[in-house]
Amino acid sequence: MTSLLDTPLVRPGIGQGLKDVFRRRYLLKLLVRKEIKLRYRGSVLGVIWSYVKPAIQFVVFYIAMGVFLGLNKNVGNYAVYLFSGIVLINFFTEALNNAAKSIVYNSGLIKKIFLPRELFPVASVFVSAAHFFPQLVVLLIGCLLTGWQPTPLGILAGFAGFLVLAMLSVGLGLFFSSVNVYFRDSENFVEMMLMVATWVSPVMYQWGMVHERLGDFWFGVYQSNPVTVGVELFHYAFWSSTAGGDAALAAPPQLFELWLPVALVVSAAVLALGQFTFRKLEVKFAQEL
Amino acid sequence: MSELSPVTVEIKGISKQFVLRHTRSIKEALIWFLKGRKGDLSARFHALRDVSLDIRQGETVALLGFNGSGKSTLLKHISGVMTPDEGTVRTRGRVAGLIEVGAGFHPDLSGRDNVYLNAAILGMSEAQIKERFDSIVEFAEIGEFIDTEVRFYSSGMYLRLAFSVAVHSDPEVFLVDEILAVGDEPFQKKCLEKIQELVDAGQTLVVVSHDLDLVQRVCSRGILLEHGRVLKDGPSHDVVEFLRSRTKG
Repeated sequence: MTSLLDTPLVRPGIGQGLKDVFRRRYLLKLLVRKEIKLRYRGSVLGVIWSYVKPAIQFVVFYIAMGVFLGLNKNVGNYAVYLFSGIVLINFFTEALNNAAKSIVYNSGLIKKIFLPRELFPVASVFVSAAHFFPQLVVLLIGCLLTGWQPTPLGILAGFAGFLVLAMLSVGLGLFFSSVNVYFRDSENFVEMMLMVATWVSPVMYQWGMVHERLGDFWFGVYQSNPVTVGVELFHYAFWSSTAGGDAALAAPPQLFELWLPVALVVSAAVLALGQFTFRKLEVKFAQEL
Repeated sequence: MSELSPVTVEIKGISKQFVLRHTRSIKEALIWFLKGRKGDLSARFHALRDVSLDIRQGETVALLGFNGSGKSTLLKHISGVMTPDEGTVRTRGRVAGLIEVGAGFHPDLSGRDNVYLNAAILGMSEAQIKERFDSIVEFAEIGEFIDTEVRFYSSGMYLRLAFSVAVHSDPEVFLVDEILAVGDEPFQKKCLEKIQELVDAGQTLVVVSHDLDLVQRVCSRGILLEHGRVLKDGPSHDVVEFLRSRTKG
């Protein structure tokens, strides 16, 4: 009975932020699994839908954009170029959209039981990563069909691009999900921001066009957006070896030496800011929801 | 309970104010700000005022009072869902329980998935859940329906499963908000026996309930709250009698 005396008195409800998420990773796993299960409940094809939808999208890009619009003339193998950017943006969009709503959406639980609330935005990002995987598979098939040759640096670039956007999603997700408790405008703001995200990164067009118009300084500003760097890293990883003569245009100068470290630092700073804001605001979640 | 038992819940001078905000948009807040912050965007009310108490291991405590007296708010402070504006709450060991039956249950998941999820929410590890799974299902008398989606359960089955997960989570401090009224007579009896068993094993129990007869049976200590203050703290029998006499008068 007295063994309880060895455990110290602690203040309940004071968490340690993302560290607690790691400690409760089994719960995180169950939350992620729940969302994935619920997504395809009651559908016959189930998880196959996750492969069919991006595959159809890819074929449409290939035919409509590459052949009909003739974009292949400007950018070699445009379908892979477009798709490799889009899968990454899809991941980011879904992750941040769901993360931003996650606290309000789970208010029933947050008001009743104490658990590290960071779990919810982080789980949203994990769920989106699980949905990203089938799209990556479709992308890789598209790459292989069009003569892709993986290189160690290319694979590293792919991982780095994903890591940058995952960190950014968690950071922004923490920030906007906690602000959303107080101002529901937050989720609308996120939707607007995500709509812009596709266009302020070289998903549809090439970075060279931006450089030409903006000059060095503003191009530097453009490049400090981690989403831009993520998309460029994906182009390097999946598209550059399939593009024939355009390969030289795959990545802006100093992508690895300068822009990747910048993107990592910016994402880490956003993550720190998100965590800081979340911890400031979470104290009153239960009464504000 | 002996004075030597370790304190499991220590509450020192806590106060809690609720701000009832009328606005939920940045636009309104901005206009209010630009107009020189005239008027108040919000109304305030005191849910708890300078509450202090210690609860020791093995005690069975009932928080009593009318609606709006601050009982549930106090329970939420012990669980950590809320933190006080002033004063401190400290607890020893794992605190868990049912603030509301079935919080965290998802209707589209099977009973099995819900047991795992809910048990993990209440702080059980994977190994603990696996070890106690059969016992949870058996106690809830769910049997073959464990792999059925919870939305097909009767409300009784739903409550039994939720309660069963909670009693098996085996925390040092067990919090229960108005759920001793779960299920039918035999199941309620079984729940009370289980709770008694846990208390005998040294668990601390804190209950919020309006069922005064039940409170007298289960709890040894009663704490009466009124307008967020502790009005009376003593043996549950005395406190219940006091509350009854006030209601009549």
